[in-house]
Amino acid sequence: MTLVAFQPTSKGAPSRRGVKPRREGGIASYFFVAGYTVLLVAFGIFPTCYAIYLAFTNDRGQFAGVNQFSKVARDYRFLPAFENIAVYLVMWLVLLVVMTVLAAVALRSWVRPGMSSLLRFLFYLPGALAGVASVLVWLFMLDPDVSPAGKLLRALGDNSFAATLNPSHLPVIFVLIAFWTGAGGWIVVMYGALNNIPDEVLEAARMDGAGRWQTARQIQIPMIRKWITYMSILAFAAGTQLFIEPQLLQTASLGRVSSTWSPNQLAYVYAFQQGDFNGAAAISIFLLVLGLACAGVLVTRSALFKLEDQ
Amino acid sequence: MKAFRSPNRNAGARPARAIAVLVVVALALAGCASAKQSTSSAGAGAFKPVTQDASAKITVWTDSTRLPEVQQYQKLHPSAKLNIVTYDGGADGSTYLQSKIQLFDRAGKGWPDVVFGSPTDVTWASQPTNPSAVPFAAPLDESLVPKATLDNFAKGSLSPCQYNGHTYCMRNDIAQVVLWYNKTLLDGWGYQVPTTWPEYQALGLKIAKEHPGYLVGAVGDTNSQESYFWSSQCPAFQLTDPTTLRVNLQDPRCTRTASLLDSLISAKAVSTQGFFSQGFAKDSASKVAMAYGPSWYGQYLFNAAFKTPAGQIAAAAPLTWPGDSSPATGNVGGGLWMISSHSANLKAATDVVTWLTTSDANQGSAPTYPAYGPAAKTWLANPVNKKYFATDISSVFQQAANEVWTGWSNTKFSDATAWSSIVLPGLTSGKSLTSLLPSWQKAISNEAKVNGYKVTNQ
Repeated sequence: MTLVAFQPTSKGAPSRRGVKPRREGGIASYFFVAGYTVLLVAFGIFPTCYAIYLAFTNDRGQFAGVNQFSKVARDYRFLPAFENIAVYLVMWLVLLVVMTVLAAVALRSWVRPGMSSLLRFLFYLPGALAGVASVLVWLFMLDPDVSPAGKLLRALGDNSFAATLNPSHLPVIFVLIAFWTGAGGWIVVMYGALNNIPDEVLEAARMDGAGRWQTARQIQIPMIRKWITYMSILAFAAGTQLFIEPQLLQTASLGRVSSTWSPNQLAYVYAFQQGDFNGAAAISIFLLVLGLACAGVLVTRSALFKLEDQ
Repeated sequence: MKAFRSPNRNAGARPARAIAVLVVVALALAGCASAKQSTSSAGAGAFKPVTQDASAKITVWTDSTRLPEVQQYQKLHPSAKLNIVTYDGGADGSTYLQSKIQLFDRAGKGWPDVVFGSPTDVTWASQPTNPSAVPFAAPLDESLVPKATLDNFAKGSLSPCQYNGHTYCMRNDIAQVVLWYNKTLLDGWGYQVPTTWPEYQALGLKIAKEHPGYLVGAVGDTNSQESYFWSSQCPAFQLTDPTTLRVNLQDPRCTRTASLLDSLISAKAVSTQGFFSQGFAKDSASKVAMAYGPSWYGQYLFNAAFKTPAGQIAAAAPLTWPGDSSPATGNVGGGLWMISSHSANLKAATDVVTWLTTSDANQGSAPTYPAYGPAAKTWLANPVNKKYFATDISSVFQQAANEVWTGWSNTKFSDATAWSSIVLPGLTSGKSLTSLLPSWQKAISNEAKVNGYKVTNQ
């Protein structure tokens, strides 16, 4: 994946300070990126431009300025949806970063290799289920009548599926689902990143008397900072687009979960129930700007794309 | 920031430039068109069918309950070319059909010829989804279905189909609300079947005390509001004209139902779970002494879901409120069939819909009570439809069918959404129905406004 692109840089290929790294490849390299570029234009750039066009016009094709944006922002469902997603994102990102990094460090340095690969496989397994299938698994998990964790749910006071789906529980539920499906893949990626740290560095740390925690805190985590940033950007972008989970829970709970819980759902309702594709596009632009702003801050603050080692 | 801090050489030029930018922006905004969706001039122009092809294959979208009926049509009419597709049929406030038609309207192709839907579906299907689109539903009264046929439907049963003087669908069934009870249980305990709401409340409290665990109702389904509040003539969804919705849940006809239910809920005689919610049939099916709900509860709820043995369940006439001048009851669902205005074979499509909704061959043994008058008579005469019940339900069903209150209007949005997403979670977390009325009213009003209605809470 995209991750491959970082590897040469962090491997610390001998770079000549002050000289621009040479990039050779000629025509072949253009050929390699061509396939992706075509798909990117057709399914990424063109739809984005179309959404921007729709967001600034009305359904008669007239230029509407920021009117579409102010219209959707005044919608009574707009703020609640963004509040929901904000609570969800904070919980999800903190949990993801802390848990995956800790798990990866533990698997890399603290656990025997055989056990480590078994655990990596187990962590990754739920991620192999497609998004919808994994939500279906959770529909069973959350219903105390059929859930293997039914006792736990009842102990928490949730005596029925409807009680589990209390609106205040929803962000936690979505974080659990997202973590269960997504974290395994990131643990494997972080593990790979930790593998890139030369053994000599860790050896040197040990000789200097660094313990496990110190090595993790002072050496390993700082050296995979870029991967953590990268994970945060992708997780943030994916998190703001939360759709399948609330949508399926909405159907399964027979409407107890709001059909406009997340901004993406609100956009969906705008487009397909109200027939207002322009309003839907305006919401999607809000999400795009949010995602770009977050990525921009993280990229500049972490110097993600700086080629040379300091 | 910097501009303010540093004593700049061309400090005078900056405000000027800022003003210029502001002026340009203001001008640009002033010239902007409104973001409001175009309102299509309703029913503009007469219905113009597309070029017809008598041999064209027609696509029929049906829910799974009606699937065997469509297959039966195919069997009896081997020469008809049908492409049968199942979908959720618009149950529980699903908007699948609406989403799909929006897309087909934008793509300009792909519409099914015949669809099964809910009353809510007609409200948008009888109007264009965008200025250049043609309303999805074809007006059936213009040349497709004879007036005599339409006149034979039960009184008021076609009103969800009517818009701007035309009829856009044929009703499959009506779902008049009646009082269901377990005759074996009530007889065994020596109780009288209630005929008024206060009697129902008193009996509920008595059962809660003398036979704890038994239930006289449930309010946790997506359509419980139609059983209780509609029956009570509560103005929750009342169109005073086609664009003005009256939502007044502080009306005494709403609060009386809310407080009645609250007393039964706190006595644990009415469940805040739904009859159709997960686990209910397993845990409480044998504990249901009474249920206030639609005519299809008999077969669907007691027979199919609860598996109550035959000969126990009976129906009684809708309950009345002392002081109300005319008896009233609710209606829960009741599907309908629409024909696409884009169909290239309107004749075949009309034939399918007419057979499905009016023929004795189909409706005489349908799983629900027919909306078509003559078919309803056949249905009631068919012993198969009645043998499950402890008493003859004919007169009760006929009476209730004529008492459905017409003040609960069909709106462009489902009446289930606000109830399910605001009221039901509140009840589950222990709030009283009375305390939830204001937030329910607000949710309905908000939803009505985004759907283009003027709202009055008086």
